[in-house]
Amino acid sequence: MSTPGPVRLEGREKVTGTARYAAEHTPPGTAYAWPVPAAVPRGRVVAIDTGAALAEPGAVAVLTHENAPRLKDTDDATLLVLQNDRVPHRGWYVALAVADTPEAARAMAAAVRVSYAPEEHDVVLAPGHPRLYVPETANAGVPGSRERGDFDGAYASAPVRVDATYTTRALHNHPMEPHATTARWEDGRLVAYDSCQGANAVQETLAGLFGMDKERITVVAEHVGGGFGCKGTPRPQVVLAAMAARHTGRPVRLVLPRAQLAAVVGHRAPLVQRLRLGAGEDGVISALAHEVTTHTSTVREFVEQAAVPSRAMYVSPNSRTTHRVVALDVPSPSWMRAPGEAPGMYALECAMDELACASGVDPVELRVRNDTAAEPDSGKPYSSRHLVECLREGARRFGWDARDPRPRSRAEGPLLVGTGVASSYYPVYLMPSSAEAHVTETGRYRVRINATDIGTGARTVLAQVAADALGVALDRIAVEIGSTALPAAPLAGGSAGTGSWGWAVHKACRALNGMVDARGGTVPPGGLTAGADTAGDVPSDPPDAKAAFGAQFAEVTVDRDTGEVRVRRLLGVFAAGRILSARTARSQLIGGMTMGVGMALLEGSTMDPRFGDFAERDLASYHVPTHADVRGVEAHWIDETDLLLNPMGSKGIGEIGIVGTAAAVANAVHHATGVRVRDLPILPEKVLG
Amino acid sequence: MEPQTSSAVTLSVNGVRHRLRDLDHRTTVLDALREHLGLTGAKKGCDHAQCGACTVLVDGRRANSCLLLAVAYDGAEVTTVEGLADGDALHPLQEAFLVRDGFQCGYCTPGQLCSAVGMIAEAGEGAPSVVTPVAGAASPGAPVPLSPDEIRERMSGNLCRCGAYGNIVAAIEDVTR
Amino acid sequence: MRAFAYTRAGDVDEAIAALAASPGGMFLGGGTNLVDLMKLGVASPGLLVDIGRLPLTEVRETPDGGLRIGANVRNSDLAAHPAVRARYPALSQAVLAGASGQIRNTATTGGNLLQRTRCLYFQDVAKPCNKREPGSGCPAREGVHRDLAVLGHSAACVATHPSDMAVALAALDAVVHLRGPGGERTVPLCGFHRLPGDEPHRDTVIERAELVVAVGLPAPPAGRSAYRKARDRASYAFALASVAAALDVREGAVTDVRLAFGGLAHKPWRARVAEEALRGAPATEESFVRAAEAELAAAEPLRDNAFKVSLARNLAVRVLRDLAAPDGGEASAP
Repeated sequence: MSTPGPVRLEGREKVTGTARYAAEHTPPGTAYAWPVPAAVPRGRVVAIDTGAALAEPGAVAVLTHENAPRLKDTDDATLLVLQNDRVPHRGWYVALAVADTPEAARAMAAAVRVSYAPEEHDVVLAPGHPRLYVPETANAGVPGSRERGDFDGAYASAPVRVDATYTTRALHNHPMEPHATTARWEDGRLVAYDSCQGANAVQETLAGLFGMDKERITVVAEHVGGGFGCKGTPRPQVVLAAMAARHTGRPVRLVLPRAQLAAVVGHRAPLVQRLRLGAGEDGVISALAHEVTTHTSTVREFVEQAAVPSRAMYVSPNSRTTHRVVALDVPSPSWMRAPGEAPGMYALECAMDELACASGVDPVELRVRNDTAAEPDSGKPYSSRHLVECLREGARRFGWDARDPRPRSRAEGPLLVGTGVASSYYPVYLMPSSAEAHVTETGRYRVRINATDIGTGARTVLAQVAADALGVALDRIAVEIGSTALPAAPLAGGSAGTGSWGWAVHKACRALNGMVDARGGTVPPGGLTAGADTAGDVPSDPPDAKAAFGAQFAEVTVDRDTGEVRVRRLLGVFAAGRILSARTARSQLIGGMTMGVGMALLEGSTMDPRFGDFAERDLASYHVPTHADVRGVEAHWIDETDLLLNPMGSKGIGEIGIVGTAAAVANAVHHATGVRVRDLPILPEKVLG
Repeated sequence: MEPQTSSAVTLSVNGVRHRLRDLDHRTTVLDALREHLGLTGAKKGCDHAQCGACTVLVDGRRANSCLLLAVAYDGAEVTTVEGLADGDALHPLQEAFLVRDGFQCGYCTPGQLCSAVGMIAEAGEGAPSVVTPVAGAASPGAPVPLSPDEIRERMSGNLCRCGAYGNIVAAIEDVTR
Repeated sequence: MRAFAYTRAGDVDEAIAALAASPGGMFLGGGTNLVDLMKLGVASPGLLVDIGRLPLTEVRETPDGGLRIGANVRNSDLAAHPAVRARYPALSQAVLAGASGQIRNTATTGGNLLQRTRCLYFQDVAKPCNKREPGSGCPAREGVHRDLAVLGHSAACVATHPSDMAVALAALDAVVHLRGPGGERTVPLCGFHRLPGDEPHRDTVIERAELVVAVGLPAPPAGRSAYRKARDRASYAFALASVAAALDVREGAVTDVRLAFGGLAHKPWRARVAEEALRGAPATEESFVRAAEAELAAAEPLRDNAFKVSLARNLAVRVLRDLAAPDGGEASAP
């Protein structure tokens, strides 16, 4: 058993309330902004009357497309706010009120009168939509469509077949800290405190948008109140705040109102996924088709790569994995924790459960029989893959062997009880990073890198990586992160942060030790500094496939009178390389599983066909799990040594926790009730019958 | 004559008396703390009492400060997360949150901590929750033992999107056991 | 939120006079719903008359064996009150099933009764809503309405009343004590909230400048009482459907029963048809099913909320069965 590792380095600031987030820096003279969202689903702004707004006491300015600073182009059109009269979807920002106080800004925004020329809108994703197309690539650059072997022939001749369609609604990241920026201009320089997952990307994007040298922009993200993907790239708040600060000549604070987030910061798109599995009597898959239908916006193409897990998980000599997408007049979808894998594995792992029922093979055993040493789609061998070990260890810890496989075989009073299993999977991504390590004459170390801690424990784990690489005690190391004033680093995303940043930190620390050694172990006055950049180290097309795997087991109760489903136990076992910090790793895995409980049972918003917005936009109507929804969640891991990954031997752990949870829960609901719910979330009406 | 839309408001925060001479009636206790008094520990997660990040203690009881108009709380005693520690000595709950890793991003943490302080006091005074056995009414006023189910139900007004719930409950148990 | 004037009333009459003199004014109690609605722009008072410090904070025994609950009694104090817990467990449970600990510490008894619907269209001022803006239309009927009414709705409005507390009060035959410019009056709780009809902007029968000063409870009904709520999330969520019931069984037959549904209508729904069917009937599952179904025969579910009818039926049967069980089932009483 690993030691829990150190307490988070910034923990004391967080528990005493002194950690400062983006909206908690207040330069003198700060003005407050409040956005005005479009109130039509599509059309043009024909007039904006700002008279009443500007008459509010404390009013400073109203920015609209008529007076806002012009932005240069960017490859992310969701950031081109207040540049023209187009309304591509409801909730798109059409004005920004700026005032001396937050109260006045809100009142001003309510007083802005916008006239529209509405146009016909099309917001409903339907599988037969005439404008569906197959994109060349989906998110993460994966091919939109892949065919291997002869799916149709193999499926037709398979003795056991499953053909099932799974649907999921739009999901929203809803980090506890809403998107926020405090921006100020000084002598042609821009400083932005921004709630983001990667300040370098924000800096570069702002440089492009404002047509300026990025050296003149500083972006600070010292503490970030969660992101889960929706702060992965810059979002409109930082652009608006910078525009308003330039327009008014004052520092400007913009915090996006919670109920506006769904329209402007991205969402996980709704999906229709058809799974067809053809297998032998023994359950071994001969044919696998995973066909995904989803939406994107007219502003930017983003395609949730949900079919991707079916290219990686199981033996599948004949395979078809496709994505079809339609651009609707809806908000732009984007990253949400494990984009592609989370919903894709929901569908695939439910289909596997259906295959287990159809073939009479135990669900754990079925997955073991379909294990593969090489990634089926690429043919590349996995550098390490311990799915079977996770399944076996999970089954042992969970007590799976005692399970009666018959549905509706367990009841406790009014509660039906069931258990289910699903696999987890998340690929290993790595990105080049730079870092710097410094040692003082007195043997104190400072590591500098623009990593971002969105709750992962980045500071802490990077200090541990440094301590390891330097061979010194942790308490001699200070870590500075969260600013573009530091050596550039990639975003906290794709579960790639620790691996990518850690590699650069490791390299810098080793280089520093080399410098010290070269001086016979002495450090000159003023200390020594070593920089490192892993641009040449991170392979772009490695010869092997790299991924983390896991298995999750759920026990649910279903109230037969009310249809209320609750998770009683959730146990995950993961194989994710070397776990660098047990304390924070466990938290991340449990956190992902908890969000998975939300995906399974609670979360989902409705696209309102008439108004073109997501109906459930606040935290009262969009239900994320509460304390009472989360009981008995456990995460364990199998120590995995994989030296092909990076110098630390780590895989990412930020996302794999949410992958498979929804399927494990849905499969448990089937076991409890005999009802196969193929539509998330599993609300009471779906099991009430 | 224009009606007056601002007033002088006095709040005692963490034992320190603050007089806000001309406070907009629209200003909430949360915004008074964050924007006027520089106390940014209490967080604004939703601004509509749907997340609990703004939880503070008002006259000893936990409340969502985002829905309290400061003018209506003139004279109130407010305790925020900044007031929990005794100098350098952390409150036992703060220590327990550190040891149990009862947070990740930290944004809900001040609310969780203040809520837990208030919640422990409520249970100590015998206040029931919806999961408290009704039979407990036989001894009204007797402290309600804080089982994990009691803690979970009573803390459900504090959302944590990072999913630190299990660790938070463990931290609270460390203090209440 | 528009700027507003503020005054703190020294006593009840002063509060009423202040509001009577200010057509755009509103009373401010705990504010957990009103301040929310002001932020949304749904409510825009020009004056708030703060009644939060009026001494309406007592829970008092009445000569008839009942209780008089001051309008400013906080929800958490009401739920924890020894007399409420001991004699009206359904009320204590209902209050505790609503909102969160923080909100219950702030919200008042009077305010809880007067809270407004959580219909998503009502809360969004950029959309039509007959309740918010009479005559503008009801998009919920054809739109997103899974959480909305199945009973007693109208062409103009399909909203539900969100309170849990009021459902228990309806079952317990509570009354609402009002005081206004014209003096005091008492309205039965079951007649306090309205069905929407063609005036959905009127949630209750309360008149302008009238103040809820107290809620009266008669002596507790014979037998036992309980409240049970079904919701999507395990806590901190509004009811999909809820049931408050009191049941007295003698020698296997129902001698007295009170039953009310929450989450189904524009008001707490007192199930008088079911009660009538049950009185004198054997206290059996069959009777409970028949009675619940008789009540819910009037349901007119919308496209996406038909499940609420079977959910409410099952809940009612469950609660009644538990109350009838010798050990009190899960809904035991002292």
